[in-house]
Amino acid sequence: MRRSFFGRNAVQSTLFLAVLLAVPFVVPNDYYLSICILACLNAVMVVGLNLLMGYAGQISLGHAAFYGIGAYATAICTTSLSLPVPAGMAIGIGLAAAVAWLVAIPTLKLKGHYLAMATLGFGIIVSIVFNEAVELTGGPSGYVGIPRLACGGYAVETDRGFYNLMAVVLALVVLAARNLMTSRTGRALRALQVSEKAAASLGIDIAAHKRFVFVLSAALAGLAGVLYAHYLCFIAPASFGFSASVQLVVMVVLGGMASVWGSVVGAFFLTVLPEALRNFEDIDILVYGCILVATILFLPDGLAGGLHRLLAKCRRTKVPHAPAD
Amino acid sequence: MRPPTDAAPLLDLAGVTVRFGGVHALTEADFTIRPDSVTALIGPNGAGKTTVLNAITGLVPVAAGSIVLDGHDITRLPPHRRAAAGVVRTFQNLEVFTSLSVLENVMTGRHILTRYGALASLLHTPAFRRAERDCRERALEKLEFVGLADVRDTPAGDLPYGRQRLLELARALAAEPKLLLLDEPAAGLNTRETAALGQCIRAIRDRLHVAVGLVEHDMDLVMGVSDYVTVLNFGHPLASGTPEAVQADPEVVRAYLGEEN
Repeated sequence: MRRSFFGRNAVQSTLFLAVLLAVPFVVPNDYYLSICILACLNAVMVVGLNLLMGYAGQISLGHAAFYGIGAYATAICTTSLSLPVPAGMAIGIGLAAAVAWLVAIPTLKLKGHYLAMATLGFGIIVSIVFNEAVELTGGPSGYVGIPRLACGGYAVETDRGFYNLMAVVLALVVLAARNLMTSRTGRALRALQVSEKAAASLGIDIAAHKRFVFVLSAALAGLAGVLYAHYLCFIAPASFGFSASVQLVVMVVLGGMASVWGSVVGAFFLTVLPEALRNFEDIDILVYGCILVATILFLPDGLAGGLHRLLAKCRRTKVPHAPAD
Repeated sequence: MRPPTDAAPLLDLAGVTVRFGGVHALTEADFTIRPDSVTALIGPNGAGKTTVLNAITGLVPVAAGSIVLDGHDITRLPPHRRAAAGVVRTFQNLEVFTSLSVLENVMTGRHILTRYGALASLLHTPAFRRAERDCRERALEKLEFVGLADVRDTPAGDLPYGRQRLLELARALAAEPKLLLLDEPAAGLNTRETAALGQCIRAIRDRLHVAVGLVEHDMDLVMGVSDYVTVLNFGHPLASGTPEAVQADPEVVRAYLGEEN
């Protein structure tokens, strides 16, 4: 059988992009499209966080801080410093990555609960800065007047245009993440999650790999942050606080650890679910909680694992007389 | 094929001391492994055998002494650099990457030999595919060598105990080391599996030309496969030589059997 020039990951990402690009033709109005944009932004972050949590086994309870750093950095650069939008975005992503690199030096020596607490503390500190550095960030009332996304003479004016851009970005992020995880780096990360001792004795530089994946996941959060800032043109600290960090972790776990597609499913599911539950009015949070608990109880390996098993079951029932080998 | 006995040692530990707090786990230990040989390290429980392996592979810091591998001083290198220098090990308590498939475990063993950049991994360039194909083929060779090729796609954690030991062996060999250290490879194996392991160790020396350092309690295995034996007692080297010479050494007999004989 001839192997196609483009790998399986590239084919799947292209199909995924086609599905994403078809969504605007189905959703009834711009409000739903804006939910889809938020879902794409979340998915970019959750894929990044899953590389850290699901593959390398390192938890971060402060990931929304990198989202915020990206958003505020580009906001300040493109307004107060009047830099062009692409420059602001590059600085935002770069700053998120640089901060992650610095944070990684002391924190990634920690394990388990201690790493969770250190990253939690980091997230809270950054959140306090967003709230208290009023002259720089606008404080709790937020930062207004951020320009829309524009590059050269071309500006993304409509939600439809921004959504299409997000679809391309997400498809590329998924492709890059899946490619990376099916390489020696991905194997090394999964290996060090199981046994750092054994991984190190096979020549894998544990500290360098942990730092790399932490910086990469922070950069992806930064990417989501800069896009978010230029989409809404308004940002406030509440979007980047502790509850946002926790929500990202929930999306990773619910979607499925160590599954890039699971992260996409988890991010879309948990972004769209609250909207779908609006009909329940006063008890929507209660229903939301019940759905979370039920999913974790019945799908311990996440939505991705559940879907995978369902597909496998369908395939088995379709071919009842599979030849024994 | 056996080199003359005065050949320069592949591994040379000189006066190596390891302390845990106030406890001397290892005191001025000398230990050499010659190229193309199987050298066993034996001794009663708590003699410091695993500590020697940990010192060689960098898992415990050395308080004094030097460790030289093939002419390079590796005493202060971090563990991953020692693997690159050519020494790889297996573990007494299995450290198989349980969530990876059997083949992926062995491919991980080739981490330092599979060279391509971050950009190649992100884009899966033709160079990346060539390197991965090569990595897969070499890993499969090692699986065939230990007889695990039939379960290559099984999650490693699902293998029975004895086969996980073989998997660790294949994974270590995949790194193509100059020196392979085995920490009690026969622990938990039945007689038949132990005999197969002995065959495997001999093949590693004779066919792959990899020197083997063996820590083991199973004396039949040790005496059957070793070219040299070093006896360790309470952190001190007691005797060293061919299996026959060591077995006849009165000091060794006393350490193992007590004073009465």
